[in-house]
Amino acid sequence: MALSVEHATKKFGDFTAVDDLSLRVEEGEMHGFLGANGSGKTTTFRMILGLLDPTQGQITWNGKPITYESSPIIGYLPEERGLYSKMKVEDQLIYLAQLRKMSKVDARRETAAWLERFEVPHYAGKKVEELSKGNQQKIQLIASLVHKPSLIILDEPFSGLDPVNVGMLKSAILDVQKQGATIVFSSHRMDHVEELCDDMSILDHGKVVVSGSIREVKRNFGKQNVRLKIDQDLASLSRLPGVENYTKTIDGALLQISDESSAQSILEEAMKLGQLRHFSIEEPSLEEIFIAKVGKAYA
Amino acid sequence: MHSFWIIFKQAFMTKARTKSFIITTIIVAAAFFLLANLPNIIESFQGEDDGQVLHVIDESGGLTVQLQAQLEQSESDIQAMPTDLSEEELKQGITEGTIESYLVMEEGNTLSARYVSESANEIGAGAEVENAVQAIQTAMTAERLGLTDAEVGELFTPADFAREAVSESSKTEEELSQARGLVYVLILLIYVAVIYYPNMIAMEVANEKSSRVMEILISSVSPVKHMFAKIAGIGTLGIVQMMIFGIAGYFAFKTSGSDMAEGFFSVMGFSEIKVSTFLFAILFFLLGYFLYAVLAALLGSLVSRTEDVQQLMLPMMFLIIISSFIAFSGIGMPEAGYVTISSFIPFFAPLVMFLRVGMLDIPLWEPLLSIAIMLLTIGVLGWFGARVYRGGVLMYGSSQSLKDIGKAIRLGNKK
Repeated sequence: MALSVEHATKKFGDFTAVDDLSLRVEEGEMHGFLGANGSGKTTTFRMILGLLDPTQGQITWNGKPITYESSPIIGYLPEERGLYSKMKVEDQLIYLAQLRKMSKVDARRETAAWLERFEVPHYAGKKVEELSKGNQQKIQLIASLVHKPSLIILDEPFSGLDPVNVGMLKSAILDVQKQGATIVFSSHRMDHVEELCDDMSILDHGKVVVSGSIREVKRNFGKQNVRLKIDQDLASLSRLPGVENYTKTIDGALLQISDESSAQSILEEAMKLGQLRHFSIEEPSLEEIFIAKVGKAYA
Repeated sequence: MHSFWIIFKQAFMTKARTKSFIITTIIVAAAFFLLANLPNIIESFQGEDDGQVLHVIDESGGLTVQLQAQLEQSESDIQAMPTDLSEEELKQGITEGTIESYLVMEEGNTLSARYVSESANEIGAGAEVENAVQAIQTAMTAERLGLTDAEVGELFTPADFAREAVSESSKTEEELSQARGLVYVLILLIYVAVIYYPNMIAMEVANEKSSRVMEILISSVSPVKHMFAKIAGIGTLGIVQMMIFGIAGYFAFKTSGSDMAEGFFSVMGFSEIKVSTFLFAILFFLLGYFLYAVLAALLGSLVSRTEDVQQLMLPMMFLIIISSFIAFSGIGMPEAGYVTISSFIPFFAPLVMFLRVGMLDIPLWEPLLSIAIMLLTIGVLGWFGARVYRGGVLMYGSSQSLKDIGKAIRLGNKK
């Protein structure tokens, strides 16, 4: 039971949107997709959903290609939010669930339960256009979860939400995952990926540049950060072997090192300089990895 | 099949429940009742009118009596009354509105009369008076020439004039004029229907695309199924609406009981309703609808914003308008060569072949061939449209033109 993308390539004329992308997401796992705009995330998602056919390679769910036969088990939240603006929330959710082959009775019950969970049951009879953007987003997420899918694709599920709503949606997604759903999602926010995902990939120009479990990715990145708090100037430390980057901070410095072994000599040097108040070795953030791999900031 | 019905039902119900649909249906149905009862309504407004009084300045004195007799004979409610007032005073009266009209009559070699009313272009009363004066004049002349009543009667016997057509497919003149009204009304209905409902489809598709709900829809069900379910749903809505109009119209004229309704029925050819004409009308409506609906869905799938729909629909509208020109001009001459030819061209056939079927007795193979051509076109267009639709609904861009069809096919292409 797994989602498997094998050497998928999608070309639009001369333009290669996705280039030899391979990916495996085991059942019940959450996979995070990072990538700049135009890096091929949405095209990959569309290929997984069967909206686009890969030029080369294949995509399977449990060993079988994904077709409209698999429609009931798939949930999708598109990057561009889309709902009928003039349709009532409840009618709309029931309709979309029915299209995924859920019975009307079940759809009605699930819709009510989800609206309750997101604390918006009073919106059931309202038109979508009357709702605020954040609330529309909740409805959109419900539309992708209401029919109890086992493979869920979420394209930027948290963009444009306030922290309270992000928390609410996050916990809902985690609950769905606990119930056994496999989830692939993309996000603008590295911290969301770090917090929610087991595995992750970074896409750049249609290619996967980094992939694996978050711990693995960080370890394989090799570089680590050393944070120092001291009153004296630490510029001299940047000349030590193994130090790749030196950034002065308000109360000290942040050094990027290529190897943990260099940390020892930094500590010794720093202690010679003055009264050291703080010394720590930190894992690299996904942000740093992203910048290092893609060569530019994400958002 | 399940999801087909879900979309079908949704397309039907959401449109049927919109205020604009309900209001349009009610207004048109009400218009039928209004039209059917128009004579009654007009009468009820003119109820208090006891007929106008015509003041007659008559030198000889005897003419007024004759005029009154003539007017009564022709069932006019104008009252001719001799007057002692001078013409000046009468004119004054008309200007002030106390008098409606007056007549100055003088008897000479021929009768001369002057009808004066507030406005010279008043048709009703003036014509009635003129006819009456004419009749008196005729009677006087007959008397002078010494003709008997029988001789006068003979003089006015109309010629026996009949039209006959040589062509076999032509109907008799009587049949034609009966068919013409019915065919005219039905062509108009088909014309409105093939513009109105396919437009609805294009708007609907463009709306789903611009609101981006399309991506969810086509990740749930195949675009082809979605497209055809939508076409079928709106098509059924069209049939229901047309049926409501038909039933409303029928009852409106049946229940009004006015003379005009009877006259209308016979003139329009409804008195002997030809079942085959109606069946053909329904058939050609359906074919025309499907043909244009597929085209409209295809075009609707190309635009990103609903505002761009009309622009892209223009070529299609031209096709419909041209076919309506052919059909309406063909009512007068259904056997013209261009009518015959265009009745086999798929985009013109729904209107034009229906016109020929309704107006002429053409052999059955002709409409059947035309229907076969249309079915084939619908099939090809459906296949082609589905391919464009598949890619078109995923396409978002600023410029929309027919050139995008190629782009859409490539995008939706398998491989």
